[in-house]
Order: sequence, then structure tokens, then C-alpha cells
Amino acid sequence: MVADIAFWLPLIILVPLLAAIGAFLFPRHSFRFAFIGTLVTAAVVFGSTGLLWQDKEVARHAVGGWGAPLGIDMVLDGLSMLMLLLTAVIGLAITSYARGYFLPKNNSSESWHQYNYFWPLWLFLWAALNALFLSGDLFNLYVTLELLGFSAVALTALVRKPAVLKAAMRYLLVSLSGSLMYLLGVVFLYAGYGTLDIALLGAVATNTPELVAAAALITVGLVMKTALFPFHFWLPPAHANAAAPVSALLSALVVKGSFYILLRVWLVALHPLADTFIPQLLSGLGMAAIIWGSLQAMRQTQLKMLVAYSTVAQLGYLFLLIPLLLRGRGDDIAPLAGIVIFLSAHALAKAAAFLSAGNLLYAVGEDRLSSLDGLTRKMPLTLAAFGVAGVSLIALPPSGGFIAKWLMLNVALEHGYWWLMIVVIGGGLMAAVYIMRVMSHLFLEARGHKSDVKPLPLCMSWPPFGLAVLAILLVFTGVLVTDMLVIGAPWLLEVAP
Amino acid sequence: MTAGRGFVLLLIVLLVLVLAGIIALVTPDKARLADLAIANVPQSGVLNPVTAVLLNFRGYDTLLEVAVLFLAIVGIWSMARHARVWIKIPDTPVLVVFVRLLLPLMVIAAGYLFWLGADFPGGAFQGGAVLGGMGVLWVAAALWQPPASFRRLLRPLLSLGILAFTTVALLTLFMGYNLLQYPPAQAKTLIIIIEGAAVLSIGATLTLLFIGGFPKKRED
Amino acid sequence: MLESTQLYAIAGIVLFGMGLYALIVFPHLLRKILGMNIMGTGVFMVFVAIGYRGLDELPDPVPHALVITGIVVAVCATGLALALATQIGIKTGTARLTPDVEEDDGS
Repeated sequence: MVADIAFWLPLIILVPLLAAIGAFLFPRHSFRFAFIGTLVTAAVVFGSTGLLWQDKEVARHAVGGWGAPLGIDMVLDGLSMLMLLLTAVIGLAITSYARGYFLPKNNSSESWHQYNYFWPLWLFLWAALNALFLSGDLFNLYVTLELLGFSAVALTALVRKPAVLKAAMRYLLVSLSGSLMYLLGVVFLYAGYGTLDIALLGAVATNTPELVAAAALITVGLVMKTALFPFHFWLPPAHANAAAPVSALLSALVVKGSFYILLRVWLVALHPLADTFIPQLLSGLGMAAIIWGSLQAMRQTQLKMLVAYSTVAQLGYLFLLIPLLLRGRGDDIAPLAGIVIFLSAHALAKAAAFLSAGNLLYAVGEDRLSSLDGLTRKMPLTLAAFGVAGVSLIALPPSGGFIAKWLMLNVALEHGYWWLMIVVIGGGLMAAVYIMRVMSHLFLEARGHKSDVKPLPLCMSWPPFGLAVLAILLVFTGVLVTDMLVIGAPWLLEVAP
Repeated sequence: MTAGRGFVLLLIVLLVLVLAGIIALVTPDKARLADLAIANVPQSGVLNPVTAVLLNFRGYDTLLEVAVLFLAIVGIWSMARHARVWIKIPDTPVLVVFVRLLLPLMVIAAGYLFWLGADFPGGAFQGGAVLGGMGVLWVAAALWQPPASFRRLLRPLLSLGILAFTTVALLTLFMGYNLLQYPPAQAKTLIIIIEGAAVLSIGATLTLLFIGGFPKKRED
Repeated sequence: MLESTQLYAIAGIVLFGMGLYALIVFPHLLRKILGMNIMGTGVFMVFVAIGYRGLDELPDPVPHALVITGIVVAVCATGLALALATQIGIKTGTARLTPDVEEDDGS
């Protein structure tokens, strides 16, 4: 039983869920539950990665014993394993960081309230993400999306300032409308094809009006939740104003959840529409996102707002290759590898950036760029973390961002998509501009600098640095990622009986 | 009607027309899951097909849904530390007397709905909704005066449903079955256990959703 | 002449559209939340409508079960949204996100 990977799949979801319940039931011990929950979940995920690497075949767990289409299947293939792994790694960093960030220094009941509620909400978020990445059923994905959205909004609203609450409200409304559009799309699919299982849909889908309507609805719904231009308006206020560990989670993982579903649905169920205009439109919007997001990032005067707009821009890259990805569909793994490595590098680097920004805020009390001058000597690890993360965000070699963009450029070149290359390179240049702006402030020697810089606890200084280093190390993982992604590709044309 | 609103209205009208046209033309006799589900009902442990789908075939969805209910309370309590329950003590005694009469009847109705759900329309959510309605009336009639000891019981009460569900789920997993795969002989018992715990949690959750925060003692 | 099930499905889509309009256009938070609710109801109505299999057959139980789940999730969403809106009302004195500006559909 222990060596059977299908046994562990439900635990990947149930462990953080139970830890969340425990953290809520026993507020005085909330961190203990979070600590143990984090370690056990990470262990199960790492173990499953090893088992999957050994087996080299897709793992399915038919919940309830019935199997699709009557029941719900949990599916673990290379793509979902990589997402789970990414979440676990970032999760370890977040639990450590949040311990230091939220731990009350004064004994105010407000601080203890925030501290006690962060843990169950964070663990719920993790459980939701894991459930999302493992799900093989369209309606199940809807429920996981809602679970994810609610925990993300509640985490955002932990900071009780009016601007943050308004940003959280916008986020909630956008999230809910996105989910409902997605659900209506699922209804159309069920009406047309009589099944909710993604793999089965892939086997029977043909180019009918129901499929097109469903594709449009699902795509718009998920794109709203992934903050693709022009639905990005809710992201910068929410990500910038939330507490630092929450911002890291939102930018690194939460928006990637809806993007993953988009990938999954298009790769498997909507493949008859691969040559229509919808993928091209997504690619075009991605380009617009890169340009618009980078331009706005260059204009910002506050660090977290700059990093948030950078997320808007970087999310655009994910959509650039979608037309090529769908046409290749299992014959050519390179577009998917490029997207996945980019996604992972961005997640790690962006989380590192937000956590460093949190450290700077913690130390100095504000995050206006001009007030960050001259902190090099006081907080070397944090500055190194931001710097290294910046290297990956600009995609300088050697870094995960670099290898991802390299893969993307290669694919674009192969297919003669010159404009993609121009946008990718241009986006990189613009990223260099705004990242360097931050660095110039950080590494500037200021005359007459303030001396009251609060010291950082260790649990807050290592996570951003660790994550940034991992973003760099991704440069060596090209082959590993490709081999992992092959597990399960070409996507699921044979179905469980 | 400003230009912005007009533009949005136009887009939405177009969307509705297209979608309505498509859904109206979908041929109704495409094979759906109905036959498969109804055929498997005898193995599910209950007679009501909807309950079979909800608690057996697609029990995982229901587990996550109970988690969503729980999360909603955690989220609301994290946002609103203390409830602002703007309850005015009713001027006339009619509401209070009526509610006092109604409450025990609603408890019985809720229990009956829950019990009935195995074989006829009904079930945990329906019973829980009635309990929730009862709670709302109770609060609205300003009869809600929980002593401190009751408020300490709230968290366990709220987690009863999700804990029962996850316990049964883990049990099936560790006994060698798939997650939530009930052994056919015990299927009905397990479903009743899950539903019973869920009824109480759902009722409490809905009432607390109405209150909108952690209830504090009503000041005069 | 339309069958009744088609009529209900179309009505569901219309509700969806009305809810979406309200969500986007009206600045008051309570109206947005109500709009979101109506959107959800519309989707559920379409779902149930397509489960109809004729007068002599049992309806498809799967949409019914999924709609029960959906209703519960929508209730939770409404509760969460109302709590957040209440907090915004308390902290800012108004129940509008941007008091004088209407939001259009996305940019």
C-alpha cells in the first residue's frame, strides 16, 4: 500500500485540510498544527514525486471506487506533479516566513487575531491548491476554485486597512464572476457531451457550438482569475496591499492555479478548437499584458506595487505560446516545458521578491523606493535575495527565467513567430529597467541614513534567499522537467474503461 | 444610460442571445450520466438517486463543499472579529411567541428531512437549511442569548461535519479501499453518520453566516 | 414552440446576463453581491433544466446533486462577500468601492 502512489494522492489534500481544521479548533496551538501540517504535506509531495519518477506512468485514484464518468478521478501526471512540488517548496518557505512576520511583538489582541487566523487560512489555501492540481473532473475543479478563492480573499483581508479591504472585495467579486462563468461553461459541456471528466471529454469532443460556447465561457472565466490583460485591474491593489507572505502566495501560486486549469482544459478537452482564433487571442492579450504591465511597473514609486505590476507583465508570457502548445499537443513537449519552467521560475522569484519586500517593510517601516537607500550593510541576505530574484525575473543567465525564455524563443523561432521574439526580448529589457531601478536604491550608499532598522529573525531572512537561489538553480532542470512532463503526454487519448 | 453602461448592456445582450440559442438547440437525448447513475443506485446504500450521487458517487465534491462551508466561517470570523448584529428587540410579542412555537417544530422538520433523505427527496443539506432558517429566526426574534459556555462549543460544533467526513474518508483509505469507497454493507451507515454530523454543522454554519461574525454577548 | 426545458434553460441564461450586468454596472456593493447571486441562480437553473428527461423518466440526478453543491457554495460566497462589504462599510463609511466612478467591463 505504501509504495502505491495512488494511496498517497488523497493524503496530499487531506493533510493540510486536517491541519487547517486543527489550527482553527485550537487557536492556541495554531502554529503547531501549521508546522506539522507543512512538514508532513511537503514530505508526502516529495515522496510522491519520487514514486512518480520511478513508475513513469500516470497515477489515477478513483474516489469512491466508481471511476469516471460516474465518480471523480484524481489524476497525477508530470504536469500536476511539478505544480504540487512547486507549491510544497514555496509552502515550506511561507510557513517559516509567516511565523516571523505575523508573530505579535506587542501583545495586542489584533496581532494575535491575525496570527491565529493566518494559519488555518493558509493551510486551506494549500489544500485547495493541491486538490486543484490533482483533480480530473470539471465540477470538482469548480469547487476547488472556490475553496482557493475564498482562502485567498480572506488572507488578503487580514490586513484591515480600508484600501486593502476594498482590494479584497474587488478580488472577491472578480473571482466569483470568473468561477460562475467557468461553471456555465461546464454546464454547456455537460449538456453537449454528458460527462464531466476531462479525459473522457477529450475522447469525445468535436467542434460543435456547445464546445465553442463552453470554451469561450471557461476561458474568459479563468482568464479573469489569472488577471490576464484586460482583466488584470484587480491584481495590483490586492497583491501590493496584502501582507507580504500573502502577496507571495497570491502572485506565485494562486493565479497559477486558474492558469493550470486553463492549460489542462485546452490541452485535453478543447483540442478540436486548437486552430481557432481563441488561442491566438490569448497570445495577443499576453503580449499586451507584457507591454502594459512592464510600462506600469516602470512608473511605480512603491516597491510592492512595482512587484505586483511585474506579475501582470510576467503572466503575459505564460499565454504567449498557447497557440504553439496546442498545435504541438504531445508531439512537441518544448512549448509546455518553456511555459512550466517559466511559471516555476516566476513563482519562486516573485515569492522571493515579495518576501524580501516584506523584510524591507518590516525593517524600515515603509516601502517607498526612495526610503530604501543604503540598506546593503544592514540586511545583506534580503538584498541578495531580491537581487538574485531580479536576475531570474529579467531572465539573465544563469537563471530559471533565462532557460524558460530561451526555450520559448527557440520554439517561436522554429515556427517563424518573429513578433513573439520581439515581445519576449522587449519585455526582458523593460523588466531590466524596473528591476535595476529597485537595485539602484537598495545598493546606493546614502549619506545620513536612519539607524533604526529592526533586526530580522532568521525564519524571515532565509526563505526569500532560498527561493531566489532555487529560481536560479532551475537553469539546470531543463531535461528533468521535460522528462517529467512527458509522463502523461500526449494527453490522455486512452481512457480508463 | 451612459455610454459605458450601454456598451456593457449591448455586450451582455449579445452574449445572452448567443448562449440561449446554443443551449436551446442542444439535442436533449445525448447520453448523459443519468442512466449510469440510476443503474448504480442499488449498490450505493440509499434509494434516493440524488443522495446516492451526492454522498456516494460524487462524495468527494461534497467533502470539499463541507470544507467550503467551514472555510466561509473561518474567513468571516477572521474579517469580523465581533459580530455586529443589529437586532432590535421586537416591539410586538407576536414574532417572539410565534418563533417560540415554531422552533421545536422546525427542529423536528429538520430531523425528518435529514432522515428521509436516504430514500426520498431530502438529506443533510435540506435538513441543515431548515436548521439554519431556525437559527436565523431565533436571532431575529432576539432570543439569541448564548451563555459563554455555549460559545466555547461553537468551534467544535462547526467542525463536526467536516471532521466526520474526513474521518470516514481516512478510514476507507486506511482500510485498503479507495478514498470514500464505502464497503457495500456499511454504505448506508456511513452515509447516515456523515449526514448526521453534517446537518448540525450546516445549521450552525448558516446561522453564523447570518450573524456575520463571532457572536458576542448582546448588549442592552 | 419551445419545450418547457428549453424555456427554463433560456431563462437561466437571461438571469445569468442580468446578474452579470448588475455585477459590472452598479456601484453599490450590495447590488453587486445580489447580481452575483442572480448569476449563480441562472447557472443552476440551466443545469437543472438540462437534466429533464421527459415526463415518464426520472430526471438526471447528477445535475441536481451538483446544483445542491453549487447553492451551498453560493451561500458561502454571499456570506463572505457580505461580511467583507460590512467591514468596508464600517471602515470607510460607504458601501461603494469607488464612490463616483462606475467600473466598465474590465480595463
